[in-house]
Amino acid sequence: MKSEAIARERGTRADAVQRLLAFGALLIIFVGFSLASPYFLTFSNIVGILVSTAVNGLLAIGVTFIIISGGIDLSVGTVMTLSSVMSAVFINFWGLPIPLGALAAIFTGTFAGFLNGVMISKLKLPPFIATLGMLNIAKGLSLVITDLSPSYFPLDSGWKEIAMGSILGSLIPGFEIPNAVLIMFGCALLAGLILSKTIIGRYCFAIGSNEEAARLSGINIDFWKTAIYALGGFFVGITGVVIAARLNSAQPALGQGYELDAIAAAVIGGVSLNGGEGTMLGTIIGAFIISTLTNGLRIMSVPQEWQIVVTGLIVILAVYLDILRRGERS
Amino acid sequence: MDDSLLIMEGIDKSFPGVDALKKCHFNLKKGEVHALVGENGAGKSTLMKVFAGIYSRDGGRILYKGEEVDVANTRDAQQRGISMVHQELNLMPHLTAAQNIFIGREPLKGFLLDENAINEKAKNLFDMMHVKLDPRMKVADMTVAKQQMVEIAKALSFNSDVLIFDEPSAALTDVEIKELFRIIRQLKSEGVGIIYITHRLEELKEISDRVTVLRDGLYVDTVKTRDATIDQIIKMMVGRVIYESSPEVPKDRSQEIVLEVKNLSRKGVLKDVSFQLKKGEILGFAGLVGAGRTEAARAVFGADPYDSGEIFVGDKKVNIKKPADAVVYDIAYLSEDRKRYGLCLGLDVKTNIALTILNRLSALFGWVRDGKVYATAKRIVDQLSIRTPSLDQKAKNLSGGNQQKLVVGKWLAKDADILIFDEPTRGIDVGAKQEIYSLLNDLAREGKSIIMISSELPEILRMSHRVLVMCEGRVTGELDYTEATQESIMQLATMRNGRNANNHERNG
Repeated sequence: MKSEAIARERGTRADAVQRLLAFGALLIIFVGFSLASPYFLTFSNIVGILVSTAVNGLLAIGVTFIIISGGIDLSVGTVMTLSSVMSAVFINFWGLPIPLGALAAIFTGTFAGFLNGVMISKLKLPPFIATLGMLNIAKGLSLVITDLSPSYFPLDSGWKEIAMGSILGSLIPGFEIPNAVLIMFGCALLAGLILSKTIIGRYCFAIGSNEEAARLSGINIDFWKTAIYALGGFFVGITGVVIAARLNSAQPALGQGYELDAIAAAVIGGVSLNGGEGTMLGTIIGAFIISTLTNGLRIMSVPQEWQIVVTGLIVILAVYLDILRRGERS
Repeated sequence: MDDSLLIMEGIDKSFPGVDALKKCHFNLKKGEVHALVGENGAGKSTLMKVFAGIYSRDGGRILYKGEEVDVANTRDAQQRGISMVHQELNLMPHLTAAQNIFIGREPLKGFLLDENAINEKAKNLFDMMHVKLDPRMKVADMTVAKQQMVEIAKALSFNSDVLIFDEPSAALTDVEIKELFRIIRQLKSEGVGIIYITHRLEELKEISDRVTVLRDGLYVDTVKTRDATIDQIIKMMVGRVIYESSPEVPKDRSQEIVLEVKNLSRKGVLKDVSFQLKKGEILGFAGLVGAGRTEAARAVFGADPYDSGEIFVGDKKVNIKKPADAVVYDIAYLSEDRKRYGLCLGLDVKTNIALTILNRLSALFGWVRDGKVYATAKRIVDQLSIRTPSLDQKAKNLSGGNQQKLVVGKWLAKDADILIFDEPTRGIDVGAKQEIYSLLNDLAREGKSIIMISSELPEILRMSHRVLVMCEGRVTGELDYTEATQESIMQLATMRNGRNANNHERNG
């Protein structure tokens, strides 16, 4: 029992260390860039960072559910694009109202997630393969539907306001933070609650931790896995709305590669690719680390190619630190 | 003391915050089987890991073959002729038996691996052990018992002078244990010193020459096995006497049938398995490993498919296709491999307990009521006296016995009526075993119906109201507790098709 108490102490300490690590890293990056460049810590630049985090953060939220449940979703980037294309179809081609366009996107994302879930749970395809297939299907469909060219939303439709308007700014003058940021934080909060407080969240951890034990506990694994992928898709659909509104257009060629940034954000934030571990807060911090770095390096006039290299190094470093932390625990 | 192979003196070892070993002694002679016993956490494995170079010691000295040594690592140990067969099997499931045995020292033919050579050598080892095993078989396709044999063959392949067995019998059936003992005696006669860590005290008399008892990291005593009774050894281990007892069978046994299985069959695994389970009964499932007991239980629970047969719960015919269906009928299955199939080790105690009834503990939109989860978990932890510092403790940090109780707790929370226990006391210490036994008796008294699969005959005899014996996927007999003996059960358990062709021709 003594050893158990010790183990627990070390366990909680390790969890705390993980949270501190991510937070600390973000803080260090922030302070570092602030000292290095006078242009970094300005209101407009911070807003820029927040906005550029929104899309990746939202995708990372969706993918976090799936990774914690022991799966992976490579299709989030192109499904996001397909979702934004579907909203363009609803609004631009069929002339339907804005809210229906947004719903179409969210439905598309959720449905793609649902199909991923069915392929994985019913057809027993490995998640990597099923979602790789979905990546290409969604990418291809986006191109087919738009006939390869972007579809622009009417400027007066108010579509752009969904992401780039500022409810906050209208309430507090001078505090012009775009809605996209609010949507991301709102979704993060919602997703955090779902993950930590609801059955589906608890089952994400249970299935990711030990799928067979969960099955033998009488949990209907097929149903819940499908639900988890659909839930991830729901947030991907919302991302589709945000990116289409931010660009005021559906860009069919966009999206591929976004899935890796989303997975990177989750992993930097402490989500274990083996499943069973992770938090939404961590994921959001992970997304912020990536976008802050990119932003800071750009301000320091580091070429974009090198920014990508740095992102890669950060992913490796984050996972390596996580391994060190685990090693200490055992 | 010319025949001393190993002397360990005043060994200290501490892990952060825990003194795992305090001034422990141990010595081993050539050609001796020296048993090391103690409850879980007594320090048996730690002491041996210090010797085998897996842990470094904090204090004390080790004399091996008359020289003071400091074994640096496992490789060093192997070169010195020290091999350890671990409690947790260290095999690579995707490799074959032979590949596992010779991993890290593969003979080459030019630049290529010489597969024939290792298959040949592995075959010789298996022949020497009198084990029928194909060296080309993948470890993943073997039963746990066979995997254990591969592990032993690997240890033997080093031509060791000292062989340490860390609970080798936990996964073996009685027949396989006999086989293991034969191998041990053979090695012993060749002058190999054997250290045998075990929980099964009935084995001591059969195999060991001396017994060393540890308790809470302290050395208690070393005695000659023939001079001590098992009760005395148990007393040394736990500081109290535990008495063997016969099953607690109520006087007026209920005749109400809660579960009936008719002609359950699955190609190559189960043949016309039929049985009834009565209310408040403990039905023992006896048989050798591979007899189909676990497979029958898993089929009833919906964890494995079956080809034909009927299952009735009460008098209702049910169609169970997956565990989620079985749970609806209040059937629970507690796997033999609790780490793999029973628990989410990375999750905390309260979540593991609540896993079966999360929907009951939730409000609208699947909102989990943490207060209820906490209360349920608290009730279960208290009821089963699960030793955990808190409900937020991760399951992997509990001891084996407490993990097992946690699995039981999951199903107590669910309030299942029919509980299938698959090897409920495997790998847990004597004290925790007693607690599991009294728990089973309590559950039966409350009217729960229990199927207990066990490969330990004393356990079957001690707990079962009735015993169902299986062999090669068939039910070969059923015994009331009044007629069940080790002999009668073993006879039924070995009633193989070949030997009793006449009896079973119609099944063919």
